[in-house]
Amino acid sequence: MAMTGVLRPGHVVLRVLDLEEGINFYKNVLGLVETGRDQQGRVYFKAWDERDHNSVLIRQADTAGLDFFGFKVDSPATLDKLEADLNAYGVSTERIPAGEMLETGERVRFLLPTGHVFELYAEKTDVGNGQPYVNPEAWIPAAEHGIAPVRFDHLLCYGPDIEKAQAILQDVLGFYLVEHIELEDGSGDLGIWLSTSIKAHDIAFVRHPEPGKLHHVSFLLESWEKVLRAADLMSMNRVAIDIGPTRHGVTRGTTIYAFDPSGNRFETFSGGYQCYPDGKPIKWSQNEVGRGIFYHDRVLNDTFLTVLT
Amino acid sequence: MEQRKHYTVVIRETGESYRCQDQESLLSGMARLGRKGIPVGCCGGGCGICKVEMLSGDYASRPMSREHISAGEEAAGVVLACRVYPRSDVTLRVVGKMEKSVFRPRVPDAA
Repeated sequence: MAMTGVLRPGHVVLRVLDLEEGINFYKNVLGLVETGRDQQGRVYFKAWDERDHNSVLIRQADTAGLDFFGFKVDSPATLDKLEADLNAYGVSTERIPAGEMLETGERVRFLLPTGHVFELYAEKTDVGNGQPYVNPEAWIPAAEHGIAPVRFDHLLCYGPDIEKAQAILQDVLGFYLVEHIELEDGSGDLGIWLSTSIKAHDIAFVRHPEPGKLHHVSFLLESWEKVLRAADLMSMNRVAIDIGPTRHGVTRGTTIYAFDPSGNRFETFSGGYQCYPDGKPIKWSQNEVGRGIFYHDRVLNDTFLTVLT
Repeated sequence: MEQRKHYTVVIRETGESYRCQDQESLLSGMARLGRKGIPVGCCGGGCGICKVEMLSGDYASRPMSREHISAGEEAAGVVLACRVYPRSDVTLRVVGKMEKSVFRPRVPDAA
């Protein structure tokens, strides 16, 4: 498969209630690498094995939650084309100038019907993963600092009108449906998992009355053993764990849900399967949703559909 | 060695009481002992699930989301239990509820 067009989720901006506490958490507990701070007070991080300058930004605010997220596209020409395609589809866009985010090119921003601010961009400075591009080692000490995920992988958003967001992502941006949970009355989906790559999900949505809510930001680990190591580190650092270690039925990833110090849920996971755009989507019925979300417990916990930022 | 102070927390509705250290939030003190009464959410002041009204006693608090607790509420003692630390014996009333609308999500799209 040639991966073209929209490549991957590239950045997410989160609000935290206490910046210093947030910096310590993202740097030393989650184990991201701090790469900069800007005049707006945003602090920039990337996972150790990511090569682009930043993937996770935090800023202090009086509410927790999600400001916006951005997907990287393969070229400035694709950015222009997708902006025109969005406009033709009836989605209005705005351009955020290059440099508004550190080391990041021009961004095309629009509002999803779910209330989430979605961005596309083509350029972010390659700062490397701490290794040379010629004859590198397998990993660096940063790969063992804190939980140390290899990348920001995907996010799960809660909001209304998920089918309208799905239509934009599929019809205009080239995403495809991998799995979905059908509402009991068959009137639509409770949740959808969409890919723009061979990952089982690059973004997911769950139907929810309030717009623009964040369920979790997810980080990839390389093995189930590293998920268990993450759980140990969460206990050592008194991180509030929501559930896990366990496995999802949907996507089959092994996982922990936990919360940053401001209550933004994050996931550390490994595994899941790889998929292709010609694959038939997997459907879950709502009476099996417990097994779909938490494969071992086989029931939803109280917080899955209610605790959001 | 640092002396940890313990205070008694009383949940008015249930009469449940537990001992909470001054360095842990009212919510984590409850959860650590396996006690129930206040809904447990994000534990970071972000989600608003653990909203309580402080009826008596002194406490310290850390920043909590203004999406869920207004400045006026906070001044009146309506706070998130995960962001409040006892400074005396306290009594509280639970305001937050864990919604159980799991299997029949309200259809929001027409709203």
